[in-house]
Amino acid sequence: MYVAVKGGERAIENAHRLLAHKRRGDQSVAEVTLDQISEQLGLAVDRVMSEGSLYDRELAALAIKQARGDLIEAIFLVRAFRATLPRFGASEPVDTGAMRVQRRVSSTFKDIPGGQILGPTFDYTHRLLDPSLAQGFAPEAPATADASTAPTPRVTDILGRDGLIESSPQAEEGAGVGDLTREPLNFPAGRDLRLQNLARGDEGFLLAMGYSTQRGYGRNHPFAGEIRFGEVEVEFFAEDAGFAVPLGSIELTECQMVNQFKGSATEAPCFTRGYGLAFGQSERKTMSMALVDRALRGRELGEEVRAPAQDEEFVMSHSDNVQATGFVEHLKLPHYVDFQSELGLLRKLRKEFADAQTPDAMKEAAE
Amino acid sequence: MAVLAHAEAGEIAARLRDLALDLALPAHQDLRAPENGLVMLRGRVGGDGAPFNLGEATVSRAAVRLASGEVGFGYTLGRNSEKARLIALCDALVQSPDFGAAIERDVIAPLREQLMIRRKQAAAETAATKVDFYTMVRGEG
Repeated sequence: MYVAVKGGERAIENAHRLLAHKRRGDQSVAEVTLDQISEQLGLAVDRVMSEGSLYDRELAALAIKQARGDLIEAIFLVRAFRATLPRFGASEPVDTGAMRVQRRVSSTFKDIPGGQILGPTFDYTHRLLDPSLAQGFAPEAPATADASTAPTPRVTDILGRDGLIESSPQAEEGAGVGDLTREPLNFPAGRDLRLQNLARGDEGFLLAMGYSTQRGYGRNHPFAGEIRFGEVEVEFFAEDAGFAVPLGSIELTECQMVNQFKGSATEAPCFTRGYGLAFGQSERKTMSMALVDRALRGRELGEEVRAPAQDEEFVMSHSDNVQATGFVEHLKLPHYVDFQSELGLLRKLRKEFADAQTPDAMKEAAE
Repeated sequence: MAVLAHAEAGEIAARLRDLALDLALPAHQDLRAPENGLVMLRGRVGGDGAPFNLGEATVSRAAVRLASGEVGFGYTLGRNSEKARLIALCDALVQSPDFGAAIERDVIAPLREQLMIRRKQAAAETAATKVDFYTMVRGEG
């Protein structure tokens, strides 16, 4: 039997036309520009760059506009775009210690060298809606003060000097850097692949996973050793030029989580670490990432591995919102044939059930 | 070159244009036509450990050769190919004995100064949000 497998082209075309119309909204209202999105919805742009795994503010703003503000759809658009460009290579690793800090706080030491710098933060706001923003709002010029030239060392470096915290694992000689956009993921995965996965992972998923560790599902007693946000320089070793060329600077947020001890008969006990790093000002994301990074080190640190956040296969296979939305949303595509076969099976089962329910006496009478 | 990577394409072009009014810039050709691509940005585990791939960035690059032989390379974050070409041109000119000093004086130095002013302003705004702790004296006397 043949069934119709074509059709709907005009409906699809008209649906896209209607979408474009709805996206624009009431045309008596001014159209939003990419600059407006980039400047005034900056944290949405940061999230799309982080999870889209592509640092380009203008493209992220375009994606947000095209997606009508649906950030996961925007992330999808950015991921699809990145597949259209050739890759020139990999940058030199950025030096977050040399960051031009715009915000830097530690919850472990009050008096850190370089000081506690609040920067532009929602912390300490009262979370009351501000009606003045409903009309045109011109903010006061920012206050200024003499900037100190004192360095702002990482809190973990300060703890590390006294051996109170484990040092970061160094690269093994000749070891490559894993790239999950190039090679399929295998388990167990190295820390490099885990951090790459978390860096592009869904903020909401990581938040829930990180939160679950705090509530006891893989508890590891975290302190926010330091959170810093600011600009770092990017350098790239250019084959043609034969030296590392400066590419400009990017904004990053880094979180160093300090966690409870490890130690053994041969090693003095020391704090352990979880690490978070993401594009833009992404504090919730990097804090969650650092909690989950630490939880995923459970096996390495000899902890009992029972909670979801400690299970790398579970975390890494479900963190990507483009993959997740693809599989969840594919359910709305036609499954007519699959469904027909299920329906046929169900009818057969129901008939068997009905037959079994019919008392033998009735059957005999019928015969 | 870091200064040029931080500048806007329009600013570099305007300064080169002004310079060209006094000084005929040499002929040059594209050694590598400007193109857009990606660079994988890397971080380090814990900030100072083994490298890992953080995510990509758009990058533009170009290379030019002056008639006198100097070769310049231009790389910059973003998709502005013209900016990469302008940086490559400046990179070539700065190596030239006839133009090097003028490029440094009339293009790079003023752009560096603008960059420093912007950074100084940002640093001053950040510094104003630094917490000054003080100890409350409890009780009397």
